[in-house]
Amino acid sequence: MSFLASPFRLRRLGVLGMNQRNADFIMRYNPRHLYPLVDDKLQTKTLALARGIAVPELYAVITEQHEGKDLARILGDHEDFVIKPSHGSGGNGILVVCGRFGNSFRKPSGDLITLTAMQHHVSNILSGMYSLGGLSDQAIIEYRVKFDPFFEHICFQGVPDIRVIVFRGVPVAAMVRLPTRASDGKANLHQGAMGIGIDLATGKSRDGVFRGLSCDIHPDTGHSTLGIAIPHWESILRLAIQCADTVGLGYLGADIVMDRDLGPLMLELNARPGLTVQVANQRGLLLNLNQIDAMPNPSGRCRRTPEAGTIPACDPCWD
Amino acid sequence: MKNVAVLVWAGILVATGLGICAYKVYTLGMPVKADQTTAVWTVEARIGFQAEGGPAIVDLSVPSVMPGFLKLDEHFIANRYGMAIDETGDHRKVQWVKRRAHGAETLYYRISVAPSEQTALWQDRPALPSPPAYEEPYATAIRTIINDVRQESADVFTYTRELLRQLNAPQANQNVALLRAQARSPHEWTNQVIEILKGVRIPARVLWALPLNEASNDAQMVPLLQVHNGSTWLVFNPATGDPGLPANFLPWRIGDAALYRVTGGHGINARFSVTRSHRELLDVVRRGAELKGSIFGDLSLLSLPVHSQNIYRVLLMVPLGALIVVLMRTFVGVSTFGTFMPVLIALAFRETQLLWGIALFSLIVSVGLMLRFYLERLMLLLVPRLTAILVIVVGLMLLTSLITNKLGVERTLSVALFPMVILSMTIERMSITWEESGARDAILNGLGSLLIASLSYLVMNQRDLEHLMFVFPELLLVVLGLSLLMGRYTGYRLSELRRFRNFRGEAARQ
Repeated sequence: MSFLASPFRLRRLGVLGMNQRNADFIMRYNPRHLYPLVDDKLQTKTLALARGIAVPELYAVITEQHEGKDLARILGDHEDFVIKPSHGSGGNGILVVCGRFGNSFRKPSGDLITLTAMQHHVSNILSGMYSLGGLSDQAIIEYRVKFDPFFEHICFQGVPDIRVIVFRGVPVAAMVRLPTRASDGKANLHQGAMGIGIDLATGKSRDGVFRGLSCDIHPDTGHSTLGIAIPHWESILRLAIQCADTVGLGYLGADIVMDRDLGPLMLELNARPGLTVQVANQRGLLLNLNQIDAMPNPSGRCRRTPEAGTIPACDPCWD
Repeated sequence: MKNVAVLVWAGILVATGLGICAYKVYTLGMPVKADQTTAVWTVEARIGFQAEGGPAIVDLSVPSVMPGFLKLDEHFIANRYGMAIDETGDHRKVQWVKRRAHGAETLYYRISVAPSEQTALWQDRPALPSPPAYEEPYATAIRTIINDVRQESADVFTYTRELLRQLNAPQANQNVALLRAQARSPHEWTNQVIEILKGVRIPARVLWALPLNEASNDAQMVPLLQVHNGSTWLVFNPATGDPGLPANFLPWRIGDAALYRVTGGHGINARFSVTRSHRELLDVVRRGAELKGSIFGDLSLLSLPVHSQNIYRVLLMVPLGALIVVLMRTFVGVSTFGTFMPVLIALAFRETQLLWGIALFSLIVSVGLMLRFYLERLMLLLVPRLTAILVIVVGLMLLTSLITNKLGVERTLSVALFPMVILSMTIERMSITWEESGARDAILNGLGSLLIASLSYLVMNQRDLEHLMFVFPELLLVVLGLSLLMGRYTGYRLSELRRFRNFRGEAARQ
């Protein structure tokens, strides 16, 4: 353990840095005009629905401040839902409700939140508190994903999600993001969630990362996170590829959740996926990225011909 | 390839910027450091006389060609005199005329010069002199010397140098001693040398120069020898034989004609005084550039009105602050609130000085943050809440000013200009980061902003750097080029080296 890593060693291991991610991948492969498709979750959802991509059901959209007063009516009988900003980033502004208790609502942590507080939250969302640049926003009310019991032992509240990085239509890395007590049920590594790397070929978990450090035990439940086979792995990858094809972004992070009843659902897409997936996997992205970069038409080749073994990262090939 | 285009552009921009800068430094002599001064000599010729009631005419020779000097300004001061300047070849004369002059009259001529690199040359083309008929016993002596010198020289320059060496040798031979005895003053001595040079048909003349060594109220002209080598006039010191115009000698006039002449007056009294002063080197250089007809003399920020100048002094430093932000974000990976917020905070520090600025900033932000957390519980809409924070910030600044004023600290008067909008935005963003990502991130981002702001402040407050950007605004091109280059930096950030320090990196290839 040293204080700093040697840049040459990182380069040799193929670690992708923030500057290079921005300059060589995001700027080259993610045309600016496609950003709204992923930055606006409502648009993403609409587009996904049109293409038959599985997403959590949309209950309602709140666009105007005055609609906040009608929140109780808009919510109707839903007891179990998520309110989130359409333009949120980093998991900010997401309110998860998993039950009612009289006039209050229960959060997964067990805390209660009053209707007034919820109205204030909606109002904050609408006034743009969670959107980039503070532009006014919309609040989305949607189906709360019931997480697969599979994750029960390695998850503390919240919904774990699976982040798949897709480059030019080929999945290059994946990790599962597990909410922890520290992350307040959010599946965002930045906020203290745990990430575990997934072997793309087998769908089995390997190394993990928590608070920037290597870790293979869930900090809250104490269960080992090593060697877990993620269920429906192939359909998860398929979903990720489908998403990438739909929005047309070359370098994309697809966040997929596993619903107990509905299977893999696409939760949101990210045009600027972070670098932590490398730490979770203990593998650099760059070697795979460069290899795919050099191919004229990687996605087509990978999916149509069985010789895809040449791309280590996209081992799972179908059709 | 994009990288090549970036490199080419960056190269062109940096080279252009540095090129213009180098031209201004080396050709025009613009000072690189702030507050550089140069010695400026002011020579005043004062001619006083008693007018006889009739018409008075005063002629005065004034400097024309001044190698090694730059004329800053020139004044002709005379009470109700008509004035004409007569410039023929290397001679320059001023003539003052008055129809009726009574009593004591005084006329002044004043010139200010600064040492410079400029090399003006005398233009007159002399006729070849015919050898004079020397009188005995000097004729024999001169002929001997002429022949001796001819043996040991090759051209006009070496001939003159050798002649002067022999004439000024410490152990003079008979011939030289004879000639020396004849000359009783430096002027006569110079004329004698000119006579000898006529014998070998070398055109020569006297150049009168004023030594500018120290302030003096009665400076005397010193005669120097000029010989023409067929293309240009060379200068020698007739008393030592040293070639070239001695340092700090201001060439004033040429030839034997009188320095001044007064008609219609008596009791003439002419005095030359020399004073030395210091002037901003930049002013002197700009004057020189203007005289040279260089566009950079005129096309300078210094020609703007002073209040615009002061704005540009600050404005031109902002790109440097931004450069610091780029460096810290791209190479180090410090996170901040907003991209250029730190530069704005740094600008605010200019008003308060660094330590005060940091103290005030921290104080106002932390108190504002506490109040902001209370506002959160009141569940206000975004824009009214921002307004509330703005009001609170202004109130806090007011309070700090009042308290520090009571305590007798003067600094805070300038706090009034501490940009409150920046503070309000910082508070708002910080509180959101606090809520969403935790106190750690909020404080880290706050410290990051403060760190970059302090660094930017330190850079932006370098007096020499400010002078550099202001006098050489083309350095903006260099900054632009550098930012292009940094825009293609795809290496790791320092923070990433730390972040990935425990990276084991299991075989990347499966």
